[in-house]
Amino acid sequence: MTTNLSAEEGKSTHEPTRVGDGRARARAFVRVQIQQSLAFVTLVVLLIFFSIMSPAFFTWSFISGILLSTAVIGILALGTTFVIVTGGIDLSVGTGMTLCAVMTAVSLTVWHVPFFIGVLVGVITGALMGAINGANVALLKLPPFIATLAMMLIAQGLALVISGVRPVYTSSIAGFKNIALGELIGSLPNAVLILFVGAIIAYIVLSKTILGRYTYAIGSNEGATRLSGVNTSKWMILIYTFAGVFTGVAGVVIASRLDSAQPQLGLGYELQAIAAVIIGGTSLLGGRGTIMGTLIGALVMSVLINGLRIISVDTEWQNVVVGLVILIAVVTDSWRQRRAGS
Amino acid sequence: MRTGKRIAVVSVAAAVVLTLAGCASSGADPSGSTSDSGSSSDAAGGDIYIAMVSKGFQHQFWQTVKLGAEQRAEELGVRITFEGPAQESEIEKQLEMLRTAIEKKPDAIAYAAPDPEACVSLYDEAKAAGIPIVEFDAGCNSDYASSIAKTDSLGAGALAADHMADLIGGEGEVAIVCHSQVNPTGVERRDGFVNQIEAEYPDITIVDIQYGEGDHLVSAAVAKAMIAANPNLKGIYATNEGSAIGVVNAVNELGLQPGDLTVVGFDSGQAQIDAINNGMMAGAITQDPIGIGADAVQAAYDVIQGKTPEKVIDTGYFWYDKTNIDAADIAPLLYK
Repeated sequence: MTTNLSAEEGKSTHEPTRVGDGRARARAFVRVQIQQSLAFVTLVVLLIFFSIMSPAFFTWSFISGILLSTAVIGILALGTTFVIVTGGIDLSVGTGMTLCAVMTAVSLTVWHVPFFIGVLVGVITGALMGAINGANVALLKLPPFIATLAMMLIAQGLALVISGVRPVYTSSIAGFKNIALGELIGSLPNAVLILFVGAIIAYIVLSKTILGRYTYAIGSNEGATRLSGVNTSKWMILIYTFAGVFTGVAGVVIASRLDSAQPQLGLGYELQAIAAVIIGGTSLLGGRGTIMGTLIGALVMSVLINGLRIISVDTEWQNVVVGLVILIAVVTDSWRQRRAGS
Repeated sequence: MRTGKRIAVVSVAAAVVLTLAGCASSGADPSGSTSDSGSSSDAAGGDIYIAMVSKGFQHQFWQTVKLGAEQRAEELGVRITFEGPAQESEIEKQLEMLRTAIEKKPDAIAYAAPDPEACVSLYDEAKAAGIPIVEFDAGCNSDYASSIAKTDSLGAGALAADHMADLIGGEGEVAIVCHSQVNPTGVERRDGFVNQIEAEYPDITIVDIQYGEGDHLVSAAVAKAMIAANPNLKGIYATNEGSAIGVVNAVNELGLQPGDLTVVGFDSGQAQIDAINNGMMAGAITQDPIGIGADAVQAAYDVIQGKTPEKVIDTGYFWYDKTNIDAADIAPLLYK
């Protein structure tokens, strides 16, 4: 699932596929905007629908609750966006997040490191996992699916081993809970602030830095990018490492929110992160996608599922509805691919 | 990028070794473990070996069941292994663990069923192999098992209902955050509560029942939605540790004060104990996880020795709150 050269080859007879070619990028940009505004329109429609169905929905209390429940998956989705835009996929972010949470909790409560170091340990664990994922994909040429699947299992096991197969409580660490639940600005939980700041950083990196440009380039056509002189292996590793930082941050946030590292959580979160990225307009084939889209995609899923809960739809039907929404998003995406590509 | 390549090779090699180490430790999956207890021989002239396959592994509840099993195994001089899947919903994986356990040809198997139907064919295999099975916590729809050591979850749910009713003054709206619609313990703890409310407390309405899979964050979000949708809600009952902690988190994050909402939980764990001590949770039902593990091992041992254990061993359930959390009969049942 790394590059879809056949789709791109069709394009290359019409225009050169140099990195940063204006017309191709503008076309891709418009396509993404349409998909994105589809997601945005969906979000608005859902907000209106649930507000009508339940008077308690459009209250600051419930909306901020929705934002809070979006935070962890949203942060994971930000990093996952980079990986998916390169044409890869990262299945390890769920259990990886848990491992980072465990590392932070253990370093604070067992090794008694200072507060900031403990947080850093979690973030660095995420970056390290990302680097290993990137190395496996770029240097050993493992398909991202396999490489990150293996990492997912390893992270799951290590989280259990390091935690001693029990939750690691951080209630003795003063202020740890405030990372996620404190309120620096008004009555907005910090976790939401972290999500937005993370989104701004991810947006700047993806759209304004070389790392971002190469992310798109590798995703569009890795071969051409390499031939034009870019060390794609090195950049692939850096991209995955950068994505891993978000996994680490998510780990710290979830540990803070629960005031503990729960080693049994996390499995399944990676699929929700991927779903958020897809709904937001990023293609699984790589080459296009935006941070704004991911953010909207995460919000669409969160608004949808919490809206279904507040109007008391049966839990089993909630899953069906969310699954259908994801299906529609993917179908729309592949329909657009077929219209545009071949 | 030679350095990078070297790092990558070493990482992958390390990863492979770790994974193999994990898989090899229990023969099935990194979430298993082995404990060796005692060394005396039995009538057959060798170490008695009982394979225990549990419904879950990571929740402290199961770790406490394992502790009880290990303690009794040590007393009896038998060897046990205790393993379970990473999540209670991983039914397939757990069935494979059972299959592997049967292939190991233990003297007996102690089994907790995540699904009452899926295990039936494996029970037939065990029967064909001549391996007796005793059950703990949740049973299979098969006559083959010699006994089951479990909590009467229906009774436990009813006890929770009695205390909820008492705490909210016998009337008002309540909701349930349940952990599973499929798992018998989820179903029975819910039904026990619901049936008791309907039978004994006509002035109490159960306005909503939603399922959080025992995930803390999901249960928190579910609780918040139910609280927002039902402004007159007086109480929430949560059917397991993960659900209960989720509800407590929701109450804390909403800024509610102790007493605004009556929360009744299930099992224990440090977070629930703290919540009861600081008033955010009114109380909870505890099982006897040590007893479940110990009684399962004892029943298996009895069957091996040719004795007939009781068909259903009720290991008991108890209400605990701030007033009795440190009492001598309650404290040992609670795990952190």
